[in-house]
Amino acid sequence: MADELVLLDFWPSPFGMRVRIALAEKGIKHEYREEDLRNKSALLLQMNPVHKKIPVLIHNGKPVCESLIQVQYIDEVWHDQAPLLPSDPYQRAIARFWADFVDKKIYELGRKIWTTKGEEQEAGKKEFIECLKLLEGELGDKPYFGGENLGYVDVVLVPFYSWFLAYEKCGNFSIEAECPKLIAWAKRCLQKESVSKSLPDQEKVYGFVLQLKKIFGIE
Amino acid sequence: MAEEVKVFGAWGSPFSRRVELALQLKGVQYEYIEEDVHKNKSPLLLKYNPVHKKVPVLLHNGKPIAESLVILEYIEETWKGNPILPEDPYDRAMARFWAKFIDEKCLPAIWKAGWSPESEREKPVEEACECLKTLESALGGKRFFGGDKVGMVDIAANFIGYWLRLIQEVTGMELLSAEKFPELFKWTDEFVSCSVVKGSLPPRDKLLAFFKARIAETMD
Repeated sequence: MADELVLLDFWPSPFGMRVRIALAEKGIKHEYREEDLRNKSALLLQMNPVHKKIPVLIHNGKPVCESLIQVQYIDEVWHDQAPLLPSDPYQRAIARFWADFVDKKIYELGRKIWTTKGEEQEAGKKEFIECLKLLEGELGDKPYFGGENLGYVDVVLVPFYSWFLAYEKCGNFSIEAECPKLIAWAKRCLQKESVSKSLPDQEKVYGFVLQLKKIFGIE
Repeated sequence: MAEEVKVFGAWGSPFSRRVELALQLKGVQYEYIEEDVHKNKSPLLLKYNPVHKKVPVLLHNGKPIAESLVILEYIEETWKGNPILPEDPYDRAMARFWAKFIDEKCLPAIWKAGWSPESEREKPVEEACECLKTLESALGGKRFFGGDKVGMVDIAANFIGYWLRLIQEVTGMELLSAEKFPELFKWTDEFVSCSVVKGSLPPRDKLLAFFKARIAETMD
């Protein structure tokens, strides 16, 4: 029986991008469905009743929610192609630790940067750069967090690169000036088709953020 | 080479007790090191968890791992006896989903409700109840979240299984009761009656005293 895979997603979502990259890396055929988050489909609400969020991966009618869980699921089911998690348990634990770190910090700090001003924004920027520097430390001299090839942490982190221009413009700072190694890493990832086809253009995301600021009355 | 397993923990922390429970379930011998997390974290802890500076940390043959759910996955992959995750990838995804739900939604909601002053308790309690209702649906009539045996979700829910009832006693807040959540309440009894679980829980009196002191502190 052919596998039926549907991804409910929203184009600027870094969480959705993670799943897009994982599916593309493994060459997995799937149907992409764009959700209007102001008008969520009945299918989305049925498939993710707990959080009502995207992305939702529906595999042969069964939903998997939460992007880190989805990427691990994809890696386990399609384990023969382009493995994302390493095989050694300790290396896997390190990868999971950093993915958890990205989840706990990057999204919220990024959000702080584009939704606040003044002291709060400055504090957000400072902590954001500190977190990126920690990630640079973990990357070290490797081409990717996964070593010679794209791995779990690369897939989890690189989507935020599509939001960097928006953060920079809203926060009036340069991420590249502070974290050149990380920017070099992101550009290296973008040379892979799985990444370049999954990430929207930075200008498009910035336009979206400006729209959101207008809608929510954020200056 | 003899295996060296150490756990840096705090006696009252449900997160650190999760790690101990998983190791005990799998019959893994380990050395426990108590950390004074409030006043005086050891240089070793700061060395092994420089990013978050928290307990628990598992040290296996000199290599450190932090974050309790990450540690549970490592324990599962390293010591194969008495599995705490199902074999099927979809079931594993569901177990991970519920463990994450407990950490990201249930625990913060319960904590907030528990420590809110009585006058401001209504909304936090309502939100915490919503979480418990959702969690109860995950049990689906099973004895444990893991089925017949304690699994990762049961371990992650240790706070609800034990700490919550003590917090309720001390604060007078009613969140989890047999009337409101019969299945989940029954699960808490099953959970704490398990012989391995019993051995992994902090002493009741000590924990009650700790919570009472905490309340007294917040009233000052």
